[in-house]
Amino acid sequence: MLLNEADLQSIWLTLRLAGVVTLILFLVGTPVAWWLARTHSRWKGPIGAMVALPLVLPPSVLGFYLLVAMGPNGPVGQFTQALGLGLLPFTFWGLVVASVFYSLPFMVQPVQNAFESIGDRPLEVAATLGASPLNAFFTVALPLAAPGLLTAGILTFAHTVGEFGVVLMIGGNIPGVTRVASVQIYDHVDAMEYSDAHRLAAVMLVFSFLVLLVLYLWRPNARSA
Amino acid sequence: MALIEARFNLDWPGFSLRVDEQFPGRGVTCLFGHSGSGKTTLLRCIAGLVRAPEGRLVFQGETWQDNAAWVPTHRRPLGYVFQEASLFPHLSVMGNLRYGQRHSRSRGVPEQRVSLDQVIELLGIGHLLGRRPGRLSGGERQRVAIARALAVSPRILLMDEPLAALDHRRKQEILPYLERLHDELDIPVLYVSHAPDEVARLADHLVVMEQGRVLASGPLGETLARLDLPIRLGEDAGVVLEGRVAEHDARWHLMRVECGTQSLWVRDTGAALGHAVRLRVLARDLSIAREPMAGTSILNTLPARVLSLGDDDHPALALVKLQVNGSALIARVTRRSADHLGLTPGLPVWVQIKAVAVL
Repeated sequence: MLLNEADLQSIWLTLRLAGVVTLILFLVGTPVAWWLARTHSRWKGPIGAMVALPLVLPPSVLGFYLLVAMGPNGPVGQFTQALGLGLLPFTFWGLVVASVFYSLPFMVQPVQNAFESIGDRPLEVAATLGASPLNAFFTVALPLAAPGLLTAGILTFAHTVGEFGVVLMIGGNIPGVTRVASVQIYDHVDAMEYSDAHRLAAVMLVFSFLVLLVLYLWRPNARSA
Repeated sequence: MALIEARFNLDWPGFSLRVDEQFPGRGVTCLFGHSGSGKTTLLRCIAGLVRAPEGRLVFQGETWQDNAAWVPTHRRPLGYVFQEASLFPHLSVMGNLRYGQRHSRSRGVPEQRVSLDQVIELLGIGHLLGRRPGRLSGGERQRVAIARALAVSPRILLMDEPLAALDHRRKQEILPYLERLHDELDIPVLYVSHAPDEVARLADHLVVMEQGRVLASGPLGETLARLDLPIRLGEDAGVVLEGRVAEHDARWHLMRVECGTQSLWVRDTGAALGHAVRLRVLARDLSIAREPMAGTSILNTLPARVLSLGDDDHPALALVKLQVNGSALIARVTRRSADHLGLTPGLPVWVQIKAVAVL
């Protein structure tokens, strides 16, 4: 057996986290990207910058603020307590919330680019053919942006798989709950289990390479279609 | 009855649109002008793709825009053809045609006036239905785009330079379809163009635009014959006459075209008897005589009456507007000849037509 029980558990947890986060970001990020691509509002700049913030911010900084916000005295924490959900830090869903923020730009930016490259014309055509803006979004904008959406989904998934700092700040290191693969590797190294670390690191390396390979092989086809 | 009352005031940096016009309820109305004259912007205002901050638009008694009302584009019963075909690349030709039908239920299209089959037949695209837009030629694409706009059974068709992106051959390939549209469908068309040949072939009503203003508006024949504001379709002033083929002369390869009660002999184009044709007569190809001339090579000599005289580009030349039955012609003569002949309004003369182009 290449990987032990704990490794497999951490990998499964990682995939579950990345899957859930990607799904949520498709639902949350697409409208944000649509708004950013279409608006002439003066808020476009500030909102766009906020979305991009996780690209440059140290994960520990983002994690720290999220921890405070979700803590017992933070606004999010008080809200979740009022709902009877308890506190989010050191839970799987706490990781999900943090990762949604952390991976937001990886969803929004490719989707926004895809929407922008469609231009106004197809939507104008749809309007002259009787499609309401909402209809046009689903029947024209989404299908035309599909390659961008797929890219964004893959990037978001892969990026969430690779996150470490935010997880450590929000989730700590609870086996089966918050101990994702990147943390597991850290643990192995911490415990001087270099061969274990090697195996898991190799799995991550191969996974990342394959994801990017798929992305790069598939992209030219999408262009010429 | 006026179909469209349009009043728009719009200001953009470096451009302003000031239009207050009524457009007729039938036939093809060409919005003609140079690029930047505002004709496309006017069309987009009528479609609701541009919202003029100040405007009023009444279509067949329905208010589409005024201070209080705004009907969005997708609720206006119109068809729109863009300069580039703009087909949806993710749908087949048939998918494109059906798209509008699927979404047009909510707007004021009372019944399916034009069937999909009829549209497909009219534009000759039956063999393309299964293809993707990426696999069509430019001309085919534009025909599909026109069919797609018609398939929603619009109450008005708006066309924004639908042929401008095509080369000469493709253009010649599509013009006959547009003429068929004109002959077979009873849908008013607003047609934006800067191409004289398209206007001469298609327009019933001509609206000439310049710098966001309407310079002239009226029936094609009348507007082209205006001397106060010579409207040039192409290089020279001239008019367009409409007639029907009345006779073929096989021996000399000529055909007789009846325009009102007058007839003109022109080169036989092979048009069938009774077929409607348009003739273009340029001012430089007309000459005026006081007497009918004998011993001339000119085929067409018609009795006419001088209506008015106007200035031409050069002080040596004058434009003479002539009445030949119902239609007006304009002739270019030198000022000296006009003086020698004593041309004054009301004078009966003979007009000699040296050349006629069949469009």
